Amino acid sequence: MSAAIEAASAGVKVLVIDANEKAGGQLFKQIHKFFGSSMHRAGVRGIDIGRELLEKCEELGVEIWLDSLAIGIYDNLRVAVDRKTGFNEHKMILVEPKKIVIATGASENAVRFPGWTLPGVMGAGAAQTMINFHRVLPGKKVLTIGSGNVGLIVSYQLMQAGAEIEGIVEALPKINGYAVHASKLTREGIPIYTGYTVLEAHGKERVSEAVIAKVNPDWSTIPGTEKTIEVDTIAIAAGLKPLTGLAHMAGCQLTFDRFLGGWAPIHNEHMETTVPGIYIAGDSTGVEEANTAIEEGKLAGTAIAASLGYLDEKEADALQEAAWERLKGLREGAHGAERTQAKEHQLHAYAEYMERRGEVG
Amino acid sequence: MSLSASGVLTTEYLKEIGKYPSEERMKQGPVAVCECVEKIPCNPCESSCPFHAITIGENISELPCVTWGKCTGCGSCIPACSGLAVFVLNKSYSDEVGSVAFPYEYNYTFQVGDVVGAADRSGKRVCDGVIKRIVNTKKADRTTVVTLEVPIAFVDEVRSIYRERRS
Repeated sequence: MSAAIEAASAGVKVLVIDANEKAGGQLFKQIHKFFGSSMHRAGVRGIDIGRELLEKCEELGVEIWLDSLAIGIYDNLRVAVDRKTGFNEHKMILVEPKKIVIATGASENAVRFPGWTLPGVMGAGAAQTMINFHRVLPGKKVLTIGSGNVGLIVSYQLMQAGAEIEGIVEALPKINGYAVHASKLTREGIPIYTGYTVLEAHGKERVSEAVIAKVNPDWSTIPGTEKTIEVDTIAIAAGLKPLTGLAHMAGCQLTFDRFLGGWAPIHNEHMETTVPGIYIAGDSTGVEEANTAIEEGKLAGTAIAASLGYLDEKEADALQEAAWERLKGLREGAHGAERTQAKEHQLHAYAEYMERRGEVG
Repeated sequence: MSLSASGVLTTEYLKEIGKYPSEERMKQGPVAVCECVEKIPCNPCESSCPFHAITIGENISELPCVTWGKCTGCGSCIPACSGLAVFVLNKSYSDEVGSVAFPYEYNYTFQVGDVVGAADRSGKRVCDGVIKRIVNTKKADRTTVVTLEVPIAFVDEVRSIYRERRS
């Protein structure tokens, strides 16, 4: 959305393709107030930021195809789109843009344990979509696996929606997410089991109990520490990984970084991947958060506008510099150093790759 | 257990790092405490303060610093904090009771005057309290600010309304 807004405000004709029924990605289920700089919408709830972005797109005449799937990128930037054309109708359409921005986000990691396929065991993101987007409570007694920010925030929102959190299980000896998110839960009496993992889930029609146990430093479980917790839902928040399918198919080079969620396309400082004309932004090039995704989108959008001649270089440079400055600020603090390093690594990898390719070609 | 293992902050720790107002200050009037001890790139508390009593500075990952002398305990910062980590404490109006104002984002049925259980940072019921104020402003954007009156000895510990666990 943010790339679309930047490009469209410079005069570029933009088409957004989204597989969901609403554009804006995860923002519409993020009902909490965001961290960040008060100069840039900190303290505003994600849903309201999403609404703002959507309105801006509308205002700028950005075309949006919803419930439509970009199924592949082929040579010369041709994109095959399974476009929704009616209530129950789809049509395959070939779109031939001058530039492409891939902003496909990330997908949730699974944790496998006996019983993980029982109804009621789901990704925390799925639970969040159910309560905040579809307004359906997945269950009343929830066990959350994982104490990263997603696990903590979704647990909090499940409580706001009327569920009881029976516990949060974290295999590491410490809480992974921000302490303030954890404190919101602990003061409501929610137990956080650090150093525990889920062993198995039981149930007939759906999950009815979960067995957790303490873990050794080598991740083996300690016999005799098992605890059975009565639940009807298990929400798994074990991290995210970039959705790289489209980029990979288009031939974009990827690198692996565990701090960014795994494999992700490398890019230059304009967010352009190793395939000229294909840009990338947000979680699809490394799992971070909404604010960084918005800034990366701005980088891609302004770079595209400049390269198509809609923005003069000076203006584009100034916009890019400002976005990088904000990104730097967002990547500071307790959890930022590793991400900063990983993002720098992506830029280096891009430079190296292009140099190598230049030598060969 | 440490904060990172339990998620529970302690008054002692806040005092140790100089982020807790003195007894003397709390006796003079209401005062804000930012229970924010981990570097997060976030600064809405700073700009929310009409008296410029909260400072973070240019690097938005720095911890907020409350200038106790400038703070009037107005509570503008409570709903401004995205981490729901700001409280206003008051030990100034009685020798027996004091008050704690905190953010609250759950559905509620309590009303001013109700007696409710008061929970500490670990969710434990430590005493009873009386709801003194319930404030919902447009600016607070759906974050309710509740002021709870508790025995003065518990002002440093009470941070929410006790939640009856159904299981």
